[in-house]
Amino acid sequence: MLRFTVRRLLQAVPTLFVLSILVFAWLRLLPGGPATALLGDKATPERVAAMNAVMGLDDPIVVQYFRFLGRILTGDFGNSLITGDPVMEEVSWAFPATLELSVAAMFLAVLFGIPMGYIAARFRGRFLDNATVVTTLVGVAVPVFFLGFLLKYVFTQEMSLLPPSGRQDVLIDSTRVTGIATLDGLLTGEFDATWDAMLHLILPAVALASIPFAVIVRITRASVLDVQGEDFVRTADSKGLTTQVVRKRHVLRNALLPVSTTIGLQTGLLMSGAVLTEKVFAWGGLGTLLEQAIQQRDYPRLQGLILLFAVVFVLVNLLVDISYAIIDPRVRVR
Amino acid sequence: MSILSTRKAEKIDSLAEGGTSLAMDALRRTFRSPVAILGLVIVGLFVILAIISPFIAPKDPYRPYPELKAELTPSNIPGPMPGFLLGSDQNGYDFFSRLLVGAQQTLFVGVFATLIGVAIGMIIGGLAGAFGGWVDSVLMRLTDIMLSVPSLLLAISIAALLPGSQWTVIIAVAMIGVPVFARLLRGAMIAQRSSDHVLAATALGVKRKTIVFRHMLPNSIGPVIVQATLTLATAIIDAAALSFLGLGDSDWRRAEWGLMLGNAQELLSVKPSLAFFPAIAIIVVALGFTLLGESMRESLDPKNRR
Repeated sequence: MLRFTVRRLLQAVPTLFVLSILVFAWLRLLPGGPATALLGDKATPERVAAMNAVMGLDDPIVVQYFRFLGRILTGDFGNSLITGDPVMEEVSWAFPATLELSVAAMFLAVLFGIPMGYIAARFRGRFLDNATVVTTLVGVAVPVFFLGFLLKYVFTQEMSLLPPSGRQDVLIDSTRVTGIATLDGLLTGEFDATWDAMLHLILPAVALASIPFAVIVRITRASVLDVQGEDFVRTADSKGLTTQVVRKRHVLRNALLPVSTTIGLQTGLLMSGAVLTEKVFAWGGLGTLLEQAIQQRDYPRLQGLILLFAVVFVLVNLLVDISYAIIDPRVRVR
Repeated sequence: MSILSTRKAEKIDSLAEGGTSLAMDALRRTFRSPVAILGLVIVGLFVILAIISPFIAPKDPYRPYPELKAELTPSNIPGPMPGFLLGSDQNGYDFFSRLLVGAQQTLFVGVFATLIGVAIGMIIGGLAGAFGGWVDSVLMRLTDIMLSVPSLLLAISIAALLPGSQWTVIIAVAMIGVPVFARLLRGAMIAQRSSDHVLAATALGVKRKTIVFRHMLPNSIGPVIVQATLTLATAIIDAAALSFLGLGDSDWRRAEWGLMLGNAQELLSVKPSLAFFPAIAIIVVALGFTLLGESMRESLDPKNRR
């Protein structure tokens, strides 16, 4: 097991290394070079030359790359052009918000996705199954941000049931502990803050959950159908185990293996979706940072965020691989 | 290669073509399912609309109308009125005509984003699958890295570098598909490499080029076509997402559904239909391609062959 973990960890290193080269090269591909991009409207030939000297852009490219690598390894992504603050600081401030939203969305997707997929498989070919399959196909076809609009329109504009945007009501005076609004209220005993944060969380989480939900339903359904036809299920049935036991121990447990991998792979989609959802609901997390960076062409922040998203994605998939190897010993040998 | 072996190879080829091939069989099975037919009908109508829409649009979609402009204020966008079925958009253009013509532009973006993705992906995957060895390793590492960036971020990082134009959107969205198509084709070709008919052709002394192009590629193309159909749906949605983030086509006049939806986001409280109609059009079309692709995938699966 340890050997497998170490091997997978080592495999991630070259990926991250080449990724860092690409992200480094990316900023240099900008028209006019990074100095022009960083200066934006204020770029004059003299300023660009001065900036090049300050940033060491006149040095050989290899020297520049290793300097860049050294900086990012110590967590220094430069300063945002919009705020002037270090990118790392902005990111760590906004990260809990995105984490809260993504975890809530994934929770909803798993909570409803696995049972629905299982039920659909049990009633294969019947109305319930077909309805579920169609629902999931529609779920994938609806753009996440449009679903966000729709929810917002129905639940805030038309019914005034839920708050339209943001993470907490401005009137609520809450203490920041972890930055996860729903958790902070519980930690400090400010239950009204938690309640308010939950209300704010519902719509964005539902919008963001739509695609992972659809995917989880479909994978669960396919996987249960696959496992149902396996020899060991027939054996279990024929040796007289109750249907209950067979379903729980033999079918469901084995069917959930592919589902767990999917959950890891969904992280990437979740991050993409979070960017869009956060814009709709003015969530104030990493997606909001990214969106501002795009609007104002804040390249240092954009670079930091892209690298961060990629690293998180690689690490999550690493964790999924390892957990998969724990659940299914056959994987370790490959 | 001797004449004899060529003849034999041709004979083998003709044998492979005889009977019901998996592809023909799959096609037949695909169009037995009502889901596939629904998908095909939606896609068919969409393509027909895309072709004829410039001729049937009641008004010029690229020109403001004084009748509409007269009543246009920041807080009021005229609704339906005589001659203008869905009223005005935020610029005093005929919304209905723009919706119709939008089919064409949307199809254009979707098709080209998919085709470019397929082309680059197939070159990478084809080389990896045909050569194997270190070529395969290097190319697959490359696709791993592309896959290690969440799809929308990959598109964002490309679109942020280029000036905002329709081709920027197309290229950025195309890149999302590249690693997927590369891996798919490579996987299918590697499976082919150890199959009996490739082994037979190799034993007969058929040139590697011929094996790759006549035996491996045609037999590996099925999953790519299925994926391309599905990608068309996501490409249209991703293009809309880029527009929504402000990375879309900077030509706001262009009637493309994703762009129209992206530009209508600030107007939800003024005239929600400006967002709803393009969105519904995108959803229906994406659903059509998804239904078609999914049922094709299901029938290509040998497990379902009866």
